[in-house]
This record gives sequence, structure tokens and C-alpha cells, in this order.
Amino acid sequence: MDYATSLGLLAPELVLALSGLVLLLVAAWGGDESARVNSIAGAIALGGAFALSLSAVVDGASGLDTFAFFGQFRADAFAGLAKLMIFASSIAVLMIAPRYFERIGAMRAEFPVLVVFAALGMAIMVSAGDLLSLYIGLELNSLAAYVLASILRDEERSAEAGLKYFVLGALASGILLFGISLTYGFAGTTNYTGIAVAVADGLSTGQLFGLTFVLAGLAFKISAAPFHMWTPDVYEGAPTPVTAFFASAPKVAAIALLARVSLEAFGTQADAWRQIVIFAALLSIVIGALGAIGQDNVKRLLAYSSINNVGFILIGLAAGTVGGASAMMVYLVIYVVMTLGSFVAVLLMRDAEGRPVEGVSDLAGLSTTRPVLAWCLLALMFSLAGIPPLFGFWGKFVVFQAAVQADLIALAAIGIAASVIGAFYYIKIVKVMFFDDPVDTVKGESDVPHWVLLGLCALFVSPLGYLLIAPLDNVADLAAASLAVIP
Amino acid sequence: MTVFAFYLFAALMIASGAFTIFARNPVHSVLWLILAFFNAAGLMIIVGAEFLAMLLVVVYVGAVAVLFLFVVMMLNIDFAEMRAGFMKNAPLGVAIAVILLAELVLGIGAYRAGALELGTPDGTAATLVGESNIESIGALLYGRYLFLFEVAGIILLVAMIGAIVLTHRGTTNPRGQQDIAKQNARRPEDATRNVRPEIGQGIEL
Repeated sequence: MDYATSLGLLAPELVLALSGLVLLLVAAWGGDESARVNSIAGAIALGGAFALSLSAVVDGASGLDTFAFFGQFRADAFAGLAKLMIFASSIAVLMIAPRYFERIGAMRAEFPVLVVFAALGMAIMVSAGDLLSLYIGLELNSLAAYVLASILRDEERSAEAGLKYFVLGALASGILLFGISLTYGFAGTTNYTGIAVAVADGLSTGQLFGLTFVLAGLAFKISAAPFHMWTPDVYEGAPTPVTAFFASAPKVAAIALLARVSLEAFGTQADAWRQIVIFAALLSIVIGALGAIGQDNVKRLLAYSSINNVGFILIGLAAGTVGGASAMMVYLVIYVVMTLGSFVAVLLMRDAEGRPVEGVSDLAGLSTTRPVLAWCLLALMFSLAGIPPLFGFWGKFVVFQAAVQADLIALAAIGIAASVIGAFYYIKIVKVMFFDDPVDTVKGESDVPHWVLLGLCALFVSPLGYLLIAPLDNVADLAAASLAVIP
Repeated sequence: MTVFAFYLFAALMIASGAFTIFARNPVHSVLWLILAFFNAAGLMIIVGAEFLAMLLVVVYVGAVAVLFLFVVMMLNIDFAEMRAGFMKNAPLGVAIAVILLAELVLGIGAYRAGALELGTPDGTAATLVGESNIESIGALLYGRYLFLFEVAGIILLVAMIGAIVLTHRGTTNPRGQQDIAKQNARRPEDATRNVRPEIGQGIEL
């Protein structure tokens, strides 16, 4: 293992780390006037990292060649696909954020720096092949996220969101570290491969405790019920572009991380973690669906929607097979696009003075006042609900298919039944937009990057998205196959 | 010689620990605490953990104890008032002490009954024969775990950026700043004016 090979595998991360440092210097000397330049440069750096991680996904890189730094870091196709999603959504956030912050005169030059470092942390998370790199990556991402949540420090809601996120995140990190230390103590190693060998003939009580605490800590990070309480408050309080970021990239990273820990380190003991994952999945689906019903704030509603979606993704993980992991990745890709699209639509909702409008009731009659926005939201909402002609249905379909193939028919049946509850509030938004009397609060204005993004997302979730099934399935299969699963 | 050193360090440590608790002046308490740390470092050297000994001196004496001193001296804490609540909270303190004692006894009992089935270390972190602790830790930190070490540095950098982003107000204070030179330069004739209002007419401002 020489360092040159290791560093070569780390190319996307190196690009991000170095450009983050350069951007920081620009921010320090240029002040907040350099914010726009920094955003563009940050997006270019993320684009470079995107391009560098592309080859691993296309080639389906797997095996020992992808191990860097003694297996602490893995640059395989699974990590690559997750990185593509992470970098793409980070770029999208850097595209939409400057407009939002400039309007209230609060754009900081450090914002792109923090996004780049958060993306670096997430890239390390998805590539982690060792509990130590898992924790280091998670903490790098979390620290940047806490600051991003409270970046509008003079606004009470933003500061509150940041503080809440920080305190609860620190608690979750503590739980996670406790689990990691137990696992290390009872398995004798922190490396996934080593853990897989140590637990091959059954979990000891100590290892089971360690696994449970690790899963609980990670469930917090992916905001799966019953560790979801922070999500609505943080999503509502944080500035909308930051919320869009939280709902997309870190979620991908934490779920990919969870999948790798479960399937690689504890892959032989699937029965031990499956019941935990199934419990969290069903609870998330139900709580995400029921909690959203009474909400009038669109951001809170989307927070519950993300909890709901995490439940469906966990069903793919609960299958515990390579097919399940592949289904999970397909769902994640579709979920990220749907979520980003929804938040861009929320960003486009502004009243005559340009202040953000966040109430569901303000959407009434949007189909007559702002038809294009209304139709895009309709596509996204129907897609989130999983209604067939739209692409969101395909994600739910593959996940349930994987569950059925793994003989978890009861789980799939309950999941499908619960997804009907969720469909209620998505359709309620559509009903408010199309059948209620217009209130005409949403004026908005033409923001080219927003409309381009919204258009792309709407096209992706539209029935045209089905053309992407073959390549999407292909890369997801390659990614899932690259996981070093022992059975 | 080793035995003599052990008893010297141990006795001094226990004594300075006791003085830490019983000293009336909080600054003296912290100074006794520093002495306790030094003796603990001496004990560490005797068992052959010279890295931990240095860490104890550098981190605990150099940073933590000095921080304590600063806190004690800067914050004007009324210790007499804090002691006044001592009797009121004494039962709670005794209860916690009993719980801790019970846990100690239980833990030692469980340990005597048979060791826990811990995992076998994979040997990556084992000390090499003939190498000091410091060399081994250095080799691991800057060799095998170089990647994690460097990323930990980035985490600290992000924490620093965060602290500055959230607290630094820059030179322009939105609430206005007191400009003493401007205040001093102000002359009475600029700020006041003499008027002679007619009786019953009020004053025009």
C-alpha cells in the first residue's frame, strides 16, 4: 500500500479539500463581495470532483484495487454513485443559494466554503471502510451543516434551527461513538472487513449492543423515526437553500453510509439489524405520512415528506441483499431530484415584495395565477406520492420488488398500504393549487437558474424519466455489486 | 528505587488531591490540582507510558488547569455563597457517592468473576519491540492513520470558520458605535441654542 495509489483514489476529495482552502483564502481577503465568485468557483470545484468520481461508477470499480489507506477509504462504484448525487445536489444548492441570500443582503463569502467542506465530509462518509473514517466524515459534514443552518445569525428561527441541530446532533454523535467503542471493544478492530470476520459466527451481546447504538446514531442522521424529532424544526428554521441541501446531499451520504455498515461490516448478521431497520422503516413511513397532514408550512411538510421517503429507502436496505441495495440507490437518485425540485419550487414562491411565501394556503389557485409553477409542483407532488405515470412510482416499485424478492412480503404490503396515507397530503397540495379560489399571494419573478433547475427536475420525474431506467438500473446494480458483501 | 518513586508520587498525589478539595481559596485549589497532575505524570512514567505522561503535563497542566485558573480569577464567583448550599445538597451528594461506590464494588466483583469476552485486537496498533510509545504512536498517526489525522485537521478548520462566521461582526456595527473622539470634539455651541420664548407662546423646536 503506497501513498501515491491511495492519494490517486482520493482524487475527488483532494480537489474539494484544496479548493475549499483556496476559497477560504479568497473569502478572507475578498470579504463578502467575493461571495458570488466563490459560489461559482465552488460549483466548478464540485463539478471537477463530480467528473473525477464518474469513472469509478461507469467502470463499476470494486475489490481491493479501490481500497485506500489500509481499507479506511474505498473508492468503489457504490461510493462513486453516492458521490455523484452528493456533488450534483451541492452544485444545485450553490446555484440557488446566492439569489436567496443576496435578496436579504446576507450572502456570506464563507457559505460556498462551508458547502464544499460539507461535500468533502459526505464524500468521506460514503467512502468510509472503517468506523473511524465513518465518524470523521460524519463530523466534518455535521459541523459544516450546523453553521449552514444558522448562517442567518440575526434571524431568530435560523439561529434556533442551528442550535437545535447542534445539540441533538452532538447527542447522536455521542450515541454513535458509544456504539463504535463497544463494537471496537468486542470485535477488536474498527475496519469493516475485520468486523465482518469477527462477527461471522454470530454476534456476542457486546457486539449486538454496539451495532444497536451505531444504528441508532445513524438513524438520527438520516432522520428516520423514532429519531426524527429535530427534522421539521430544523428544516423550517434553516434558510430555504440550506434546507434543500439538508434534504438532499447529507441524506444520501448518511443512507449510503448506513447501507455500507449494515451490509459490509454486519452483512453476515443481517437478521440482527433487519428488525431494527424494518421497525425504523415502517415507523418513518407512518409518522412521515401522519405528521405532514396538519402542516401549513411547506418546508415543514417537505420535512415530513423526507422522513416518509427515508422509510421507503430503508425498506430496500431491510431486504439485506445486493438487489435491495441497488433498489435503494435507484430510489435515492429519484428522491434527490424530487426533493431538490420541490425546494426550488418553494424558493420560487415569493410575494410581491420578494419575501418568501411558505404557507400551503398561499398556494391556493396557483394554477390560474402561475400555471407553469403549479404544473411543475403537480408533477413533483404526484411523483413524491408515487402515482404511476410519474417517475417517483418507479423508485417505490423497485424498493418493494426487492423486499418481495427477499421474502419480506408482509413488510412490502404494510409499506404499500402506508404509502396511501402519504399520498393524501401530496394530493391535498395539488387540490389547493388547482381547485381552491386564487389568493394571488405568490408573485415570484424570473430567476433563470431556478427555472432551469425546476424544469430539469420536472422533466426527470415526468414520464420521460422512464427512458433513464436502463442506465439507472445499470449503474445502481454495478454500485450494489461493488459492496464487499461476504455471503 | 522504582518502589520509592512510586510511593513518593502516589503519596504526593493523594495529598495534593486532598488539599485541592480542602483549600479555602479556589486559586490555591487549582494550584494543588496542578501538583496532582504532575505527580500523576510521574506515575505514568513509572508504568512506562511516557506519552501519556507528557500529554498529562501538556494538555491538563498547560491548557485545562490554566483555563481553570482563568475562570476562577476572571469570574467573580462567590464561593461562600456556594458553600452555603452545601448542607442542603449533602443528602444528594451522599446518595451519588453511595451509587458510585456500589458501581465500583460491582464492577470489581464482576471483573473478579471472570473477564469479559472482548475481541482480539488485530495487531495493527501494537507497539513494536524496542520502540518507545511516542515512536509507535507517531508511526501510526502519521503513517497508517495519516488520512484520518489530516481530515481531523480539516474538521478543526471548519469549526474555526463556523465560530468566526457566527460571531464575527466586522468593523461596521449595525447598532452604531461610540466614537469618543467625535464626542470630545463636540462643542456646546453646536449642540445647544439659546431661545427666549414669550410667555404663554410655547416654544418652536
